[in-house]
Amino acid sequence: MSQRATLNERYVAVADTIRIEGTRILATLIRTVGDVQLAEDAVQEAALAALGAWPVTGVPPEPRAWLTVTARRKAIDIIRRERARAGKERAGAELQDLTRRHPDGSLEALDPDGALDPDEVVQDDLLRLIFTCCHPSLSPPTRVALALRTLCGLSPAQIAAVLLTTEVATTKRLVRARQKIAAARIPYRVPAEDELPDRLPAVCAVIHSLYTAGHAPSEGEAAYDVDVCAEAIRLAELLHTLLPDQPTPTAVLSLLLLTEARRPARVDDAGDVVTLDLQDRSRWDQSLITRGVALLNESLERSNRQADAYQLQAAIAAEHARVPSYTATDWREIVRLYDLLLEVSPSPAAELARVVAIAETGQVDAALKLLDGIPQSSRRHAIRGELLARQSRYSEAVDELDEALATAAAAHPERAHRARRRDRFQQLAAEQPAPARPARQPRAAGD
Amino acid sequence: MAQYLALTYTADVDWWAPEQAEELAEYRKFGVEYAEQVKASAVLHPTATATVVRVEGARGGPVITTDGPYAETKEALTGYYLIEADDLEAAVKIAAEIPAAWGGAVEVRPVIVAR
Repeated sequence: MSQRATLNERYVAVADTIRIEGTRILATLIRTVGDVQLAEDAVQEAALAALGAWPVTGVPPEPRAWLTVTARRKAIDIIRRERARAGKERAGAELQDLTRRHPDGSLEALDPDGALDPDEVVQDDLLRLIFTCCHPSLSPPTRVALALRTLCGLSPAQIAAVLLTTEVATTKRLVRARQKIAAARIPYRVPAEDELPDRLPAVCAVIHSLYTAGHAPSEGEAAYDVDVCAEAIRLAELLHTLLPDQPTPTAVLSLLLLTEARRPARVDDAGDVVTLDLQDRSRWDQSLITRGVALLNESLERSNRQADAYQLQAAIAAEHARVPSYTATDWREIVRLYDLLLEVSPSPAAELARVVAIAETGQVDAALKLLDGIPQSSRRHAIRGELLARQSRYSEAVDELDEALATAAAAHPERAHRARRRDRFQQLAAEQPAPARPARQPRAAGD
Repeated sequence: MAQYLALTYTADVDWWAPEQAEELAEYRKFGVEYAEQVKASAVLHPTATATVVRVEGARGGPVITTDGPYAETKEALTGYYLIEADDLEAAVKIAAEIPAAWGGAVEVRPVIVAR
């Protein structure tokens, strides 16, 4: 029993090594064999071989070399098998596929026991893989699924859990994506320097939405065994390492680190979400904040145009991280940043956040008026309830919270919090002297 | 080299009509500029001239023809270009020069080439 447990633990440690090394190997193998599916199959077979052997024999001294050599051998095996199956007429073409042009123009043979590729070659290949997965001719959800598959090495079942869909749908999506990459010839290359500003937003959007998917599963429990936030941060680190001079990847990494810094305070011991005003800031990760702020400054220095959405969101997170308590927040600065954010990237979420910030500057009436212009949503009801309570309009606040609870998903992360607020407002409404429910009228006193 | 069919979707107009002459000239300009990459092309009569053909059951069955199009849509298939390009990005660059790309849309589809 205990022996089995240790084997399991070793298995998990080995699986993680393989998964992360697998991305590097896959990136190079796709270029050498010129086929995403074939390369994935080969890496998968090599990973299975390692998973079978390593937990028992121990991890070899050079796991990367072991996996690379094994994956290359498996690729050659697969090509031979397919050649035998497809018959003679394809043999010539497949043999040619064994050699591919190197980025420097030289021809490279797929030598299974050849030396490991130098780091700069692997880094180029990783960039190729990233830009191919996030190619603009693929739909945004497909980009995210492909990134989870090829860049994070997750299984279709794990991806389905992260993206709240089914394994069958995920597998179909991945198959269609690989078909399109092959049939339409989506090139396996890094965009030229002058194309990067056009191509990077798609890559950054994939990484950001991965983090969001892990950070706030909007429906359903976070039932998957992978830390998607950690995966997103790993990709953001990778992209920043590969393109250190580009401001957008730097801003994305900054934003993710600043958000991640608050993670320990974001959920209480019961697993309920703790809103920003109630978070224990001593639990915020200061080292992540320091690094996030430094990266933000670096990104802003490097960009010579208007701040982009990632820089602005990071700036908002940094502004919150800078002050010791919620009450010490410089809400005017937060409002200003949201104004800029809405200019470059309008969204109901940002509009709602701006309204909250405006209310926090003391302009509750103005905030309530602004809410009317924002599309209905569960979050809008919740915010409206909070603002009405600020004006001691508790019965109305209870109605709004009821509406927020009724329109949110059963497993909404803030459900328990909102239910508590509703009960609190109910109690305050009951304590209020008659008339318990005043008509809506401007309040005499200012807020 | 790969081949792509660039299908143009635009307003369902009669390209022979005098008022289309100016726009048609824009398409001709594209054709001349990319003569090397464009392997074939056609401009189609409006969808009102279309006939949809179906054979009932199997081959040899009754031929059913219906008047096209099925439904009034804002954009209709109005022509195509067969483009030769290295890869999808190269094909998209060329397709973006077809006037339909800003007057409507261009659908780029890879062509199956027998190995």
